[in-house]
Amino acid sequence: MRELTSEKTTHPVLLFWIIAGWVGFFLLPWYGVEAFFSFEWMVDGYPFDPDYAPAGFLVAQGEKLWLAPMVLALIAPLAVLRKRKIDPIYAKMLILAGAFGFGWMILQGFAIGIRGWNFEWATALFGDLGDRQYGMGYGALICASAFLFLLTQGIAARGAINGDVFVVSAIGGVIVIVTAFVFFPIAKMLTAAFITDEGGYSVGVFLSKFFDDRLWGLGCLSGGRCGAAWNSLFLAVLVGFITTVLGLIFALVVTRSGFRYKRALRALTVLPIITPPFVIGLALILLFGLSGSVTVFFADVFGVQPTRWLYGLPGVLIAQTLAFTPIAFLVLIGVVEGVSPSMEEAAQTLRASKWQVFKTVSLPLMRPGLANAFLLGFIESMADFGNPLVLGGNFDVLSTEIFFAIVGAQYDQGKAAVLAMVLLCFTLGAFYAQRFWLGKKSYTTVSGKGDSGVHPHMPRALSVPVLVIAMIWAGFTAVVYVMIFYGSVVELWGVNNTLTFKHYVTAFSFRFEDGGIRWSGAAWDSFWTTLKIAGIAAPLTAIVGLITAYLLTRQSFAGKNAFEFGTMLSFAIPGTVIGVSYILAFNVPPIEITGTGIILVVSFIFRNMPVGVRAGIASMSQLDKSLDESSLTLGANSWQTFRRIILPLLRPAILAALVYSFVRAMTAISAVIFLVSAEYDMATSYIIGRVENNDYGLAIAYSTTLIFVMLSVVALMQVIVGRTEIGRRMTQSRSNV
Amino acid sequence: MSLNSKAAPVSFRNVTKIYGKDVVAVDDINLEIEAGKLVTLLGPSGCGKTTTLRMIAGLEMASRGSIHIGDRDVTLLPATDRDVSMVFQSYALFPHMTVMENVSYGLGFSGFDKAETKDRAAQGLDLVGLRGFGDRLPSELSGGQQQRVAVARALVLEPQVLLFDEPLSNLDAKLRRQVREEIREIQQNLGLTVVYVTHDQEEALAVSDDIVVMRNAGIAQIGTPRELYDAPADRFVADFIGEANIIPCEIIAIRDDMASIRVGAFEHALPARGLQAGPALLAVRPTRLKIGASDGMDMTIAKATYVGSRMEYTLEAAFGQIFAISENVDAPLEVGSEITVGLDEIGPVLLPVDVTG
Repeated sequence: MRELTSEKTTHPVLLFWIIAGWVGFFLLPWYGVEAFFSFEWMVDGYPFDPDYAPAGFLVAQGEKLWLAPMVLALIAPLAVLRKRKIDPIYAKMLILAGAFGFGWMILQGFAIGIRGWNFEWATALFGDLGDRQYGMGYGALICASAFLFLLTQGIAARGAINGDVFVVSAIGGVIVIVTAFVFFPIAKMLTAAFITDEGGYSVGVFLSKFFDDRLWGLGCLSGGRCGAAWNSLFLAVLVGFITTVLGLIFALVVTRSGFRYKRALRALTVLPIITPPFVIGLALILLFGLSGSVTVFFADVFGVQPTRWLYGLPGVLIAQTLAFTPIAFLVLIGVVEGVSPSMEEAAQTLRASKWQVFKTVSLPLMRPGLANAFLLGFIESMADFGNPLVLGGNFDVLSTEIFFAIVGAQYDQGKAAVLAMVLLCFTLGAFYAQRFWLGKKSYTTVSGKGDSGVHPHMPRALSVPVLVIAMIWAGFTAVVYVMIFYGSVVELWGVNNTLTFKHYVTAFSFRFEDGGIRWSGAAWDSFWTTLKIAGIAAPLTAIVGLITAYLLTRQSFAGKNAFEFGTMLSFAIPGTVIGVSYILAFNVPPIEITGTGIILVVSFIFRNMPVGVRAGIASMSQLDKSLDESSLTLGANSWQTFRRIILPLLRPAILAALVYSFVRAMTAISAVIFLVSAEYDMATSYIIGRVENNDYGLAIAYSTTLIFVMLSVVALMQVIVGRTEIGRRMTQSRSNV
Repeated sequence: MSLNSKAAPVSFRNVTKIYGKDVVAVDDINLEIEAGKLVTLLGPSGCGKTTTLRMIAGLEMASRGSIHIGDRDVTLLPATDRDVSMVFQSYALFPHMTVMENVSYGLGFSGFDKAETKDRAAQGLDLVGLRGFGDRLPSELSGGQQQRVAVARALVLEPQVLLFDEPLSNLDAKLRRQVREEIREIQQNLGLTVVYVTHDQEEALAVSDDIVVMRNAGIAQIGTPRELYDAPADRFVADFIGEANIIPCEIIAIRDDMASIRVGAFEHALPARGLQAGPALLAVRPTRLKIGASDGMDMTIAKATYVGSRMEYTLEAAFGQIFAISENVDAPLEVGSEITVGLDEIGPVLLPVDVTG
């Protein structure tokens, strides 16, 4: 007979978290130590030095007495350790202790900062504190987790989600981290828009910044300059439109023409994943800049005076179109293939000509997909930072304006916050439109029924221009990428075109010295940091993403829709907005991580989490739910089911999520540029620094190296994932015999 | 050591299941399933039979009422904690585990040590005739073999109740008969309590001790296969279990629990089943009509179909069309000919007039 978990009087999970709470409070340093992964504190005055002391020692010495009430919440759960789960006191006690501990933790964290009370009224009410506290450290972190999971165990014991501790804890955990690292910083940034120079709050400040001419001016209509908001909007609409058209053209060539090199075209879809965002801008400069090869050629042959036409709207537009067309292509391949062939065949048997079929059936069925691709291009263009920074010239867009508001001489947090809000409104509007307006309008859902039809080819009148445009654009893309590589082995572009490996040597030289390798190249530092940070962030991103996907596909709970929206939201938040909001939110206690590697890791996790969630959802919905259910009826609990059934079956998806988040972390720039520090410099921000110093050779050599590193990572994944799939197909075919 | 049964009874007390706000899947049902019996939940799709099964498994939670297995109230227990195993329609074999690992999976959570787990799993495979298949992957087995692995995986846990959710629906017609006989044999040999969901009435009649006919989230009738076939409680059951012609009639007199009825000019006597004089319905199986009897109802042959082993006739009568089967294939009747149709002594039953149209 199965032992009933509800009647057991030993609760290993509960015991674990109680112990964790005690360890966090009485053993580990409560406040943040300088370097998270260095253990210098162990020998440096621990446990009595107030910087390194555990909370228990501080309180015992009569310091930081506001931490003392948490002891109550640590003691209380001990009382129910021997009780049965169905005993109402068990649930009540855990909920009470967990909620009090967690709530108190937040309350004291926000109330007391580095200058004592954070709120004027608190000083007025309780008098001057005469003490201060810094950001949370190991101890506080573990203690907070312990309180959170005590709370979720209490909620589970009350019967939520069939009393499933794992599911309730996972939901609680995801909600808390998303709140802390997505909603909290955004909220903090929004309030920063209302802060006056004196530190008070005023709507007037916000309004004056919001209605600034630099934001909404329409000067360009009369020959002057337009505001950044209009520029961004105009650019995004153009890019969205052009990338959608080009993407559709490529998709049509691949799925509905007799074109022979379809596989080569499909390879295009890999490009945006492995290309650092500003590299295309650099290549364009090599081609069309003042001393670019095309410019020089025209100047020599036709005697045209070289101009700086590239810098501004044209350059950014070309660069973004090059960069984002593959994304539209990727989306539209699915859409074009998703139109059921039998619909088109039905239309043909009803005497429609090929052209009429395309016009009256295929195209209308693709319409929601086209709108989707447009919105994606719109969001990507809005959020793009690298290309406008390299090519923008006097053409101000929101994402770069935000950067200069924070980094430039102005240092105006309020202005950055207002700009970020405008940008966020644009992208969220597009995101919302995509999800709620288009979400229900897709005609291309593939049904389970077999559809053995074949897509008809395009009518000839369409296929010729389509093929020509696709070839031209593919050729252009190829030229651009060749330029990137070529530019990296040229002495000084446009001035001295001798071939050299000088830039690679400057960046990546190393020597053997004293029996070890000395990494003497200039780029190694940022290169290793990038690998390390991306390597730490990738598995964490995959874990958070997959757990969230599991909750979304396999569990039903109140507020699931809001939960889903919240976890996918960070997809629509441009990196620059994340960057600004992170430095505003995490510069001060309770979470004080600016300037550390942690803030980079955290930003990558939440920037890339939606990708992991989507990958997880896509592959989990392929697993029949009866697999989980049969595991449950065989006596496994939901954690065991997740670990032993779902995870092993998701191995390809996990690998894809891992590689993808790793690669994205390596190419990210927009959020990173706000968050790097001298100690933690990332490859992309190092390259941007080189570009700003007009050191193009080194920048391009470094970028090329990154492209090859990422290309090999992606290729490696393709090989591994491909192999597992082949293996499965072979076993299936054997079963059919 | 051999596999035993810990068969336990199941009881539903006023159980209701509501999805969302107001979709009632199961409406206030009471059900007692005896230990060691094979009980089938039968009904058209959407009648609540699968929901009922999943509530026994703990995969759905009752909105109201209580569910007992053995002497324990399991209403609030999740699937993990119930001593129930289930064979799924899709089998739900774990594709990344071998047959042996699949069958051992549940044993690992039930506190058996390694040797015992292996022993029991091997016995389970023996029982379903798959000795020696332990190292294969599910994808390397045929549909029927996969089905048996699913049964073995559920059996080895010696559950108090074993559940089957339309286990035969993915098998071809020939295998179905064989597998259902095997399931029945195992159930009877081990004395298991089995709850079995199907929408196929023939399958239900063949395997069950008792059949629970469900309709519109409620129970229409509970009984042995014979009772349901020979004495359906109402028109729905009569029509769902086997085919039945429903003929409106008039009860003219009742004496000693025997009713005299009249259909048009034809009169007949049969058990009254508690009905009173007045309008009623007569349910007659197609095989229980005597075509060409001397005393009977006047009909015309509208269609005649030869299906090899028998003749199928559609007959036109004053009250509508009925369907009849005749074993006489050598001298079929012509379409359009006028005949007299009588009733068999046993078989036809009286039903109350439908309350709801």
